[in-house]
Amino acid sequence: MSKLHEAFAEAKAENRAALIGYLPAGFPTVPGAIDAITAMVENGVDIVEIGLPYSDPLMDGPTIQAAVDQSLRQGTTIRDVLETVRAVALTGAPTLVMSYWNPIERFGVDAFAGELAAAGGTGVITPDLTPEEAGDWIAASDAAGIDRVFLVAPSSTLGRIEIVSSMTTGFLYAASLMGVTGVQSVSQAAPALVERSRPYAKVPIAVGLGVSTAEQAAQVATYADGVIVGSAFVRLLLDAATPAQGVAAVGKLAAELAVGVRRTA
Amino acid sequence: MRTDITGDLREATEALQSWNAQFPDVAGHFGRYGGRFVPEALIVALDELDAAFRAAKVDPEFQAELAHLHATYTGRPSPVTECHRFGEVAGGARVFLKREDLNHTGSHKINNVLGQALLTVRMGKKRVIAETGAGQHGVATATAAALFGLECVVYMGEEDTRRQALNVARMKLLGAQVVPVTAGSRTLKDAMNEAMRDWVTNVDSTHYIIGTVAGPAPFPEMVREFHRIIGVESRAQMLELTGRLPDAVTACVGGGSNAIGIFSGFVDDADVKLYGFEAGGDGVETGRHASAITGGSVGVLHGQRSYVLQDEDGQTVESHSISAGLDYPGVGPEHAWLADSGRATYIAVTDTEAMEAFRVLCRTEGIIPAIETAHALAGTIELGRELGPDAIILVNCSGRGDKDVETASRWFGIMDGERAPEGRA
Ligand SMILES: Cc1ncc(COP(=O)(O)O)c(C=O)c1O
Repeated sequence: MSKLHEAFAEAKAENRAALIGYLPAGFPTVPGAIDAITAMVENGVDIVEIGLPYSDPLMDGPTIQAAVDQSLRQGTTIRDVLETVRAVALTGAPTLVMSYWNPIERFGVDAFAGELAAAGGTGVITPDLTPEEAGDWIAASDAAGIDRVFLVAPSSTLGRIEIVSSMTTGFLYAASLMGVTGVQSVSQAAPALVERSRPYAKVPIAVGLGVSTAEQAAQVATYADGVIVGSAFVRLLLDAATPAQGVAAVGKLAAELAVGVRRTA
Repeated sequence: MRTDITGDLREATEALQSWNAQFPDVAGHFGRYGGRFVPEALIVALDELDAAFRAAKVDPEFQAELAHLHATYTGRPSPVTECHRFGEVAGGARVFLKREDLNHTGSHKINNVLGQALLTVRMGKKRVIAETGAGQHGVATATAAALFGLECVVYMGEEDTRRQALNVARMKLLGAQVVPVTAGSRTLKDAMNEAMRDWVTNVDSTHYIIGTVAGPAPFPEMVREFHRIIGVESRAQMLELTGRLPDAVTACVGGGSNAIGIFSGFVDDADVKLYGFEAGGDGVETGRHASAITGGSVGVLHGQRSYVLQDEDGQTVESHSISAGLDYPGVGPEHAWLADSGRATYIAVTDTEAMEAFRVLCRTEGIIPAIETAHALAGTIELGRELGPDAIILVNCSGRGDKDVETASRWFGIMDGERAPEGRA
């Protein structure tokens, strides 16, 4: 069993959903992001997603755009992302990278999978890679022993859910709403999407987009195996007066969310 | 619905020789290019669009409706004009312009927009969105939205709203909402990102009218098909005017829609050379340009694989061009494939070369071209000098220069301190 699946299994054994936290690499700085992610893990985040900053993040709303924009202007590279993975993986939490496809293709699909595995990363979430275009990635991720995470959305037909599920090895990422990150709240469509996906999913299902509070986390935890929180953490770092205050605020939110996902127990 | 068996057969036989029938494949690939790289949330909408487009393509009623609009609203067929005095500058070659600048709204963009607007109505959607650089596609979309009673939102980089203020005013007069985009480089690529975000959020009610032969499948193919009329008309017009096919067909290439439109009429004529002129900005060697094929590398941007301007980490690099409509770091996937396969040749033209050709056309023919088009004209002057007086060259005159009067006046220093009053550029 991969480290990622162990984390889901442990959460399940406690009769709760796993808590998954997202932050982009290099924001506010490379070490600053490592500090913030470490604080997430220390305060109850089970699984980490590290965003690979990209110039054209068309699935992200203004909050994450602002953070990755700053990260890129400061010169964050794919090497920095891999170093961030290495540092975060030392916490023991399963560490995934979330990346738009072009940086991976440009880096070299095999090289990226291999180097990520060597850095201790366990998988990659690819929000704009459709299964139809994923041939190289399937081969490379299998060879490197890296988990693949693809997305389903409220608009997905059963046929699409079946195709996407069949290629997903990490967890199935159920986008809770039609839209971008950090703008709307988790939608009514989410429970139905999870229910429709159950028969096809061979792996745990985690719900993301629009989850920012312990209340919402508790709600989502009633029907999903994992709860993904991103923009809410990024917002705290954007609003913080000092990096230290940002890290503290991220830790505090992680602790609240960790209580949220346990409320069903 | 395809029930016409002979039609299917004809299509299958055609597929053996015709480029247009051969590319893209069923998954929207032109060789290794094209495809779909988008959030899963958009797949169903793309499938729905694909089905609507394929049904419309073989529906005589749809085709008749579009043809009627083109005849009575767009002003098609657009004429072909022989440019004798311009030809003298171009090495004495016979140069012909396909006059897309004379279309309603002033450029080729209307061909695609009317087609997609009709599809929007067919799909039962009430709202259209668009990205725009020079504003020509935005104006065309706002125009079609007014005509069909659709709500219209146009995303435009803040930098471009300044460069093309006249077109911003036109869109507003037509009842569209213009949203200035302040992310990234504040130009066309960022407008496209923002339009994609709107689309994924409002896809139930909204159709995204992409303005060029880029984006996820089926857009590159669909937009080509709506612009193919440029090539079909001009091929017949050239035969009529000169009794033979031209030696070369030229066009400027931003995303590549006007070029694909005219190329598609000649792509199976092996003796007709195809030339795409990209925006070279300050020169490809300076790094300040918008020449994705000449100066870029293979990558994925805005939902498709093609040539893009990017750094070693795959981050999109900002493009530079005096022409807002060419100021885009990518290019449509079919052009990437035409370039790799050697069927078409792509050459960069600098700002300075384009503006010189702009001046020449104004002074020799009494036609003020769009600055985008001026890139094709500059390339044609060079080409004419190479090919000599016996050559026949057909240029796609993709648009008129009204929107560029202020930029051109500043370039040539003819405003001499007395800035044109606001709104009267
Ligand atoms: C007149 C004109 N020509 C060319 C272009 C470039 O677009 P494309 O390469 O898709 O034809 C534009 C875009 O705005 C335009 O307005």
